[in-house]
Amino acid sequence: MKCPECDADLSIPVDAAVGEIISCGDCGADYEISKKDGSTIEIKEAETVGEDWGE
Amino acid sequence: MSKFSIVFDRLRTEEKMLQKEAVELGHEASLIDAKITQINTSSQIQDFDFGNIVLERCVSYYRGLYFTACLEFLDIPVINEFNVSTICGNKLLTSMILKKNNIPTPKTYFSFSGDAAQENLGKIGYPVVIKPIIGSWGRNVMPLKDKDTADAIIEQREITDGPLDRIFYLQEMVDRPPRDIRVITIGDKAVTAMYRKSSDSFKTNIALGAEPEICDITNEMEDLCAKASKAVGGGILGVDLMEDKEKGLVVHEVNNTVEFKGLVKVANINIPKEMIEFAVNSIRK
Repeated sequence: MKCPECDADLSIPVDAAVGEIISCGDCGADYEISKKDGSTIEIKEAETVGEDWGE
Repeated sequence: MSKFSIVFDRLRTEEKMLQKEAVELGHEASLIDAKITQINTSSQIQDFDFGNIVLERCVSYYRGLYFTACLEFLDIPVINEFNVSTICGNKLLTSMILKKNNIPTPKTYFSFSGDAAQENLGKIGYPVVIKPIIGSWGRNVMPLKDKDTADAIIEQREITDGPLDRIFYLQEMVDRPPRDIRVITIGDKAVTAMYRKSSDSFKTNIALGAEPEICDITNEMEDLCAKASKAVGGGILGVDLMEDKEKGLVVHEVNNTVEFKGLVKVANINIPKEMIEFAVNSIRK
C-alpha cells in the first residue's frame, strides 16, 4: 500500500488491527487502519492529538 | 467465561494487552471503536454486543466521558463510571475531593478571571505551578517563577479564550526530588508503583520521556492510595504522588484511563491480568 501523502510504500505489520495507527516512514504522516479483511486493508487519516487526550 | 468490551478511539499497546490477556484467561473481549458506534435515545442494550461490562479506554477524555454516559444510559456497567471520570478528568474537582477527604494534597488556588489570578499570585508569591483543569501528559503545565512569566501566560489564556481558559488552577510548587510516584489502584488496592524520573524538566510524565523505575509500595502509600481511590469513586486508577520534603507524601492527581505501557516494563505483576480479573469480578457482584 502507498502513502496517500507522499506515495512511499507503507509498512503495515501483519498483525496490525483495526483502530491501530501506522506511520509513513518517509513523510511521517499517521494513518488509522479503518478496515481489515484478510489481506485487504483500508486506511484513513489519523486524528490529530486533541487537547483532551491523555489518561 | 465472561464477555466484555474494551472501548477505544485509538488502539494502543494497552488495549491490545488487555484483549490478549482476556482471551488467555478464557474470556471473550471485543474491541469497540467509539468513533464509529451509533447510540440514540431509543437504543436498547440488546441492540449492541458490549457484553456484561465495558472497559472504557478512549484516549480522548471527553469522548470517553460521554460514551460512558451513553453506556450507563443503556444500563451497561462501565469501568470507570461516569462520575469517577468526571472527577478524575478535572484537576479542580480532584483537588477539592482529595482535600474534603483529608488526603494530603498540594495547596491549590482557584481564580476565575485573569485579574483575579494575578491578584492571587500577588498574595501567594512565586514559584507556583499553573495547570489546565482538563488535560494530560503534562500539556500546558508550567512553572511560574516570576511575574513576567505569569503575565505572559495569563495574557495568552485570554487570547486563546477556550471555555476553560479563564479558570485558573494555581498549585504550590512542591519541594521534592526530581521524580513522582505513579501507583496503579485496582478496586481501591494499590497493585504496583513506579517512580517517574525526569532529569531535565520538572515534568515527570512518561509521555514526555520520563524514565520508569519500580517503586516498592509502602504501607503509607497503600493507605493513601486506597483513600484517594475511594474518594473519587473507585475502579481502575492511576494515583500520582509527590514526596514533599516537609509534608511527606501528597496526592496530586488521580488518573482515570490509566496508561501502563511504561509500568509494564518494570512491574513484577501482570497489570492487564489484574485489570481483567477485576472487571470479571465486577460482573459477578
